[in-house]
This record gives sequence, structure tokens and C-alpha cells, in this order.
Amino acid sequence: MLERDISETLQHQVHSAIGNGAPLKIEGGNSKAFLGRESHGEILDISAHCGIVEHDPRELVLTARSGTPLKEIETALAEAGQMLAFEPPHFGENATLGGTIACGLSGPRRPFYGSARDFVLGCKLINGEGEIMRFGGQVIKNVAGYDVSRLMVGAYGTLGVLLEISLKVLPRPAASRTLIEECTQAEAIRKMSQLLSQPVPVDAACYHAGHCYLRLSGSEQAVKHAHEHLGGEMLEKSDPFWHTLREHHLPFFDSANPLYRVMVKPAVPPLEITGEWLLDWGGAQRWLVSDEPIALIRERVANVGGHVTQFRGGAHNGEIFQPLAAPLLVIHQRLKVSFDPHGIFNQGRIYANL
Amino acid sequence: MSVSEDGLPCNHDVHEDLIRKLRKLLPPEAVLTDKEDLRPFECDGLSVYRRLPLVVALPETIAQVQAVMRLCHALQVPVVARGAGTGLSGGALPLSNGVLLSLAKFKRILHIDPENAMATLQPGVRNLAISEAAAAHGLYYAPDPSSQIACTIGGNVAENSGGVHCLKYGLTVHNILMLKVVTMEGELLTIGAETLDSPGYDLLALMTGSEGMLAVIVEVTVKLLARPERAQVLLAAFDDVFKAGEAVGAIIAAGIIPAGLEMMDKVAIQAAEDFAHAGYPCNAEAILLCELDGTNAEVSEHVMEVREILHQSGATEVRTAVNEAERQLFWKGRKSAFPAVGRISPDYYCMDGTIPRRQLPHVLRQISLWSEEYGLPVANVFHAGDGNLHPLILFDANKDGELARTEEFGQRILQLCVEVGGSITGEHGVGMEKINQMCIQFKAAELSQFHAVKAAFDPDGLLNPGKAVPTLQRCAEFGAMHVHHGQLPHPELERF
Repeated sequence: MLERDISETLQHQVHSAIGNGAPLKIEGGNSKAFLGRESHGEILDISAHCGIVEHDPRELVLTARSGTPLKEIETALAEAGQMLAFEPPHFGENATLGGTIACGLSGPRRPFYGSARDFVLGCKLINGEGEIMRFGGQVIKNVAGYDVSRLMVGAYGTLGVLLEISLKVLPRPAASRTLIEECTQAEAIRKMSQLLSQPVPVDAACYHAGHCYLRLSGSEQAVKHAHEHLGGEMLEKSDPFWHTLREHHLPFFDSANPLYRVMVKPAVPPLEITGEWLLDWGGAQRWLVSDEPIALIRERVANVGGHVTQFRGGAHNGEIFQPLAAPLLVIHQRLKVSFDPHGIFNQGRIYANL
Repeated sequence: MSVSEDGLPCNHDVHEDLIRKLRKLLPPEAVLTDKEDLRPFECDGLSVYRRLPLVVALPETIAQVQAVMRLCHALQVPVVARGAGTGLSGGALPLSNGVLLSLAKFKRILHIDPENAMATLQPGVRNLAISEAAAAHGLYYAPDPSSQIACTIGGNVAENSGGVHCLKYGLTVHNILMLKVVTMEGELLTIGAETLDSPGYDLLALMTGSEGMLAVIVEVTVKLLARPERAQVLLAAFDDVFKAGEAVGAIIAAGIIPAGLEMMDKVAIQAAEDFAHAGYPCNAEAILLCELDGTNAEVSEHVMEVREILHQSGATEVRTAVNEAERQLFWKGRKSAFPAVGRISPDYYCMDGTIPRRQLPHVLRQISLWSEEYGLPVANVFHAGDGNLHPLILFDANKDGELARTEEFGQRILQLCVEVGGSITGEHGVGMEKINQMCIQFKAAELSQFHAVKAAFDPDGLLNPGKAVPTLQRCAEFGAMHVHHGQLPHPELERF
């Protein structure tokens, strides 16, 4: 396991970029380059800035440099009987913590335990003036100053270069099993929505290929009782299923057509858009493979209060992310300028003029 | 142009114009200017700071809020928004040259949606009222600040309020989905979404805990949770505070996340017992309250495990509440700790620092040394699960110099919290109270970044000016104050 602090080198590179007016493209393991809009610039490689800085299992907090491989963090946590409860997808062997947080991606456990941003406690970053700053901290409660650390989550590196991130971590559940039941999409949506108001230890729920999958986690007894209460067959191999879903390794994701991430309220009935559907997050995150025009998809989804990301495939210079309302875009632009006044970080990665 | 008693510029012509125009925008009873009418708005829960606003506006529609904001923006008059006024850091302290915008009339629950486990609320809805309304569906709203009977959801969002259950269920920021806010320019923005995330930057996180500095919250959509099947509370007594601290770490190391984990020291136990008659063991040096919730089966398992851990950590006594009434009673003692301490001392000063849990023995030892040095007793109440300390310094404001000594003592505690890797405020916010301590926690570059964030929402700096983030100049003065060790360079400034 490598440990190296190259923050001064990175800071120096940022200063040069400011001096030359040359934009930077921040890169970790390059596993999520397919996400978002195309961005041009000189590569700022953070992968050598790595290592776990601190992990005291009793504090439920881990701090690591942004270039630390996600695998290394997950191994260290597993050895202490802990986990990243937002179950981040890696989308590649070399995924780093920095990229995971910058893209703000979460896996199947997200609706039940929280998202990547929910677990971020603090960060150290380089802003667009080349200044190193710290926000938040290593404590669970901290309301001093604006929550800049969480603002970095999902900002795709457009506001600063993440150097270090502190996360809340949780114990791994003692037991876990997956129940599987054949049903229609509409039935699965109803079933998953009803579970929201029941005190059952469900920590993942999806609908795929005519089956509803529910993962139960907790103490041995809790999982056993919940299974008796809910009924249904037990999937023989639980972990591999959720892993392949999380990493988009199911055959569903191998399509020539674009993949869309459709976010709606979980109880929204099946949407009438032609294509293949896979529902995760208890129905709140729906994957759609479709050759319908994106404008039509966005219109249908907006009608039920949702939003759409063009996740994989398709042209990568258009509106990949749902366009923002005009007054909100103004705030985004002003925030961008406040962190990155020279416009050097991942220009255009989320929206053309950000 | 003249200067008011609090040093703020006031322009009488502008003020007359403002009041006249406000009366055109709002019904007559919604614009208050008489001194007696302004009095109830002069302070929030931190009553050592008091100041009458120029005028109080009580809009009841979003359109009215927008109109008031547009007017104030046009006239360049500052605005302070206010919910129930239960805040503990002076964040809602009015300005003598500004409008106090009360959201008190926004108290309707707009929609409870059990299918999607969410609720849409006006900002003036009381925290507890949300759970009461959701109960019929087996749902509740998790954050439960101790003021939950009175505090409102809008204020909870502005302060990122916690409560005794936040180790397991998170703070306000983890339990809200969407906000409607009005900017200083009068623009209505939707922040977040009814979906689990929203496109663009995470402005929802930025807005939560922003202490009314960025925009005025006019609608809140919260996430609701299924009420756990069962909750059980254990009470453990210790003959040594440090053993209790060790027990906290041991419970978490065992892979159990309690719903609540609270610690009180001897002074706090005695005060709470005299007040609430919760049956606390008064000879103990410390008690721990540990609440476990979840399914029936899981709670039974965890109660056995935690009981064992507590004994191994040296607890002299471990009790499990025999029924719901006793569980409530155990909590009543803890929840009434502040008023209980208020009875045993003429005044008390409540601190709100957070520390990494492992630093607890060190920090408590240091507090007790300082307590002797200053001759001021301290009652320690501690959200042990999440490292949030509430040392209550007991003092008598009528005794000469005691307030100044208390302030200095408190200041050192917060400085210690930062030194050991914690924060100057875990849940009460910075407001007016901890504005100087922000200079300890943050460097100039970070404070400048905060000011730039504010400017992105409020370029003219008219929303709640002077709170939450100190100017660099103020920090420079505060630094000088440090050197002189308590000799205040500007004794006329309020600095509680």
C-alpha cells in the first residue's frame, strides 16, 4: 500500500495553470471518464496522492487522500468489520476515493443508509486560486461555516481539486440475505414503496427481468425474522448479484443504445417510455436503455417530477445532465466563479458554461 | 444619515419609505413598528443578545415574501429571517436598521405522502408536529432537537439541527429532500428535488446550516422513516467518568450503532434528578443512557450485548427500562438537564463543542482543571455517540467579573475542541455567539471562501449581515485580544 503526499506538487501545477491560463482536467483512476460532458485541458493526475491518513474504527471515521484506490479503503474497512455504507460503484479497477466523491456515486444501499454526500464529514482541497483549504472535519456533528465539503460531492471537480476526504463509516451488518420474487414492474413498485413505511431491515431493493429482489441486513435474528415476515424465496448467492448490479455488469447494461439514469419518486408507476427498464433504489433510481430521443424521455420524466442523466452512450457534448432552471444556473455560475475564478477546473464537465 | 445605538448606519428617509411601502405589500397587522410589538422579536434563545428591529414583517404567502425581499433589495435594507426564535447562538438577532422577517404564519403541513415517505411543509411547522402528523402512517421525522415542541422546520434547516438520535439517523441535512427559498433579490428557487438527488451542485447541503445567510426558506420537503418496531433504553452507572467514556467506544467497536447514546456527569445527574425524578443513581460519577431501536429481534440481541459490554467496562449498575413509561422517564431526566441546571445556578453558559470521542478523557480532565482554576463549577452533558459536548458553566452574572471569567473559560474549551480535531459548534450554530471562535477554526483563505459563497447568493450582503462568518478584520482584532489575555480591546462590543 502506497502512501504519498504530493499536495505541494499539485498546488504548483494549479499555480502554473493559472499563470498560463491553461485549463486542467483532473484525473484519478480514469474509471469514470465516460460520465458527464467532454472536458478539455492538461491532465492533473491525482492518483499518486494516496494513502489512508487515519482510520480509528471506534470513531467511525476514515480519512484518506483523494488518489487512494477505493479497493484499498474497502479492504482496510473490511478488516475492521466496517464498510462504506453508500456502497459506491467502482466502474473500473482503478477507481479512487477522489473520483468517487467528485462524481457523487452511490450503490444499492443508498436509499436506506444515505448517499456519498451524506457520509462526507470534511475535506481538504485546492481552490482555483491555488490555495489549500480545509472544510468540515473528522467529527460527525459540525455546523461551523457553510457545508463546502458536501458541495464538492457530485461537483465533478469543477470547484476544486480534492486532496483529502473524511468519511463516516459504519459497521458491516452481521448477516445478510436476499429474497427474490417473480412479479411485474408495477407490482414491484407497489411492494417496494409499501416497505418504506414498515420497520423491516431492508437495505437494498430492485426490480430486474421480471423479479423483485430485496436484501435484508442486520443481526442474524433480525434477518431471519424479517424473512419469515416477508416470505419469499432466498437467492442462493446474494453478494454477487448486488455487486454485478452496482458495477453495471448485468447483461442489461450491455446495449448499443444509450443508458439513461431516471430519477423519480419511488412510488411513481411504470413510465411509458419505450425501452428496457431496471429499477434500483426501491424504485427511486431507474435505469433505462432506449433509442428514444432524450428530449422525449426528459419530457415524460419531468411530467412526474423527475430528472434524467444520459449515463452511458450517446453524444457527449450535449446536455448530459438535466438542464437547470435559469435562476438556479445563475447561482451555479456565481459559485463556480467564487471557487474557480480563472475557470481552470474541469471546464464544461457538467454544463457547457460551468 | 446617522448611527444607531448598535453602531449601524440608519437613514430615516429610507426607513420611512420602507415602512410605507411594506404597508402597501402586507395587511396592516402584518407590519409591526411599535416598540411594544417589536419587543417579542428582540432576541432568540440566546437572550444575552437583545436588540429591537426597525420593523417586523409577517408575510403569509410566498409572493408576499418575494415582494418584501424585492423591496428591501431595492432600498438596500438588511433582512433577518426568523422562525420560532429558539436558536441558541443569536442567529436571529434583529438589526436596528433592518427588517425582521418572521415566518410564523407559514405553519401549514402541505402534504404527507406515505407512498413515497415524504412530507411537504411550510417553514413554520413545528418539528414535533411533523412526526405527529406522520404517525398515522407508521412514519416519523427523525431529527429531534430538544426544543422540538417549539422549534420549527425552517429554523431546523437554517441551523442543521441534530438531536439525541443523530449518530444513527443523521442531522437535518440527511433528512430533507427539497427546499423552496427566496433570495435577497426576491427570486424563488427550488433547491434539491422530490427525488433522492438533483442535477447540479449540492445546494441543498450548502443551504442546510447556512444560518439565514444565503436565502429565506419558504417550503421544506422532508424524508420520513418507518417508526422502529421497538426502542429500548439502558441506564448504566459508573464510579468514574472515564470508564463511561471507555464504554461508549466499546459499544461502537462491537459494531452496534445505538439510536441514542448520552452521558451525564455527577453535577448534571444530581440536578436532573432533583428536577425530573427520573430515578437516576445520584451517587454515580457518570451515567450513560443507551437507546437501541430496530426490529424486536435485533433490539433483544443488542440489549444483551450492550449490557455485557457495560458490565465489562466497569459499570456499577445497569438497568433496562421495564416499560415505555420508564423509558420516557429515563429520557425525561436527560432532556430536562438544561432547565434542571438552570435551577441550581443563577446563570449558566452552555457550550457546544465537538471532539473525536477518543479525546473525551483528555478534554474532561482539562475542563475539570480549568473549573478549579476559575472557581466555576461545570455540569457536563454529552451526546457521547457523536462527540458533541455540552459543558454548562455555572456562574452568577451579578457577581463582579464572573461573566468575563465564564466567557474566557468557555473560550478555552472551544479552543481545546479545535486543537484536538473537533469543532466550535456541533449543533447550535455560530450566529453572533461564536463569530470570534470561527477565527480559531478557519484560516483567512477559508473565511474568504465563505464570504465568496455568500456573495454568490447575496451579492450585496443584505441577508443576516454580520453573523456566522467573521470579517478578516474582526479576526485580526480578535487575535490581538488573545495576546492581551482577556483584556478586551473593545469592551463596548457585545461578546458573550
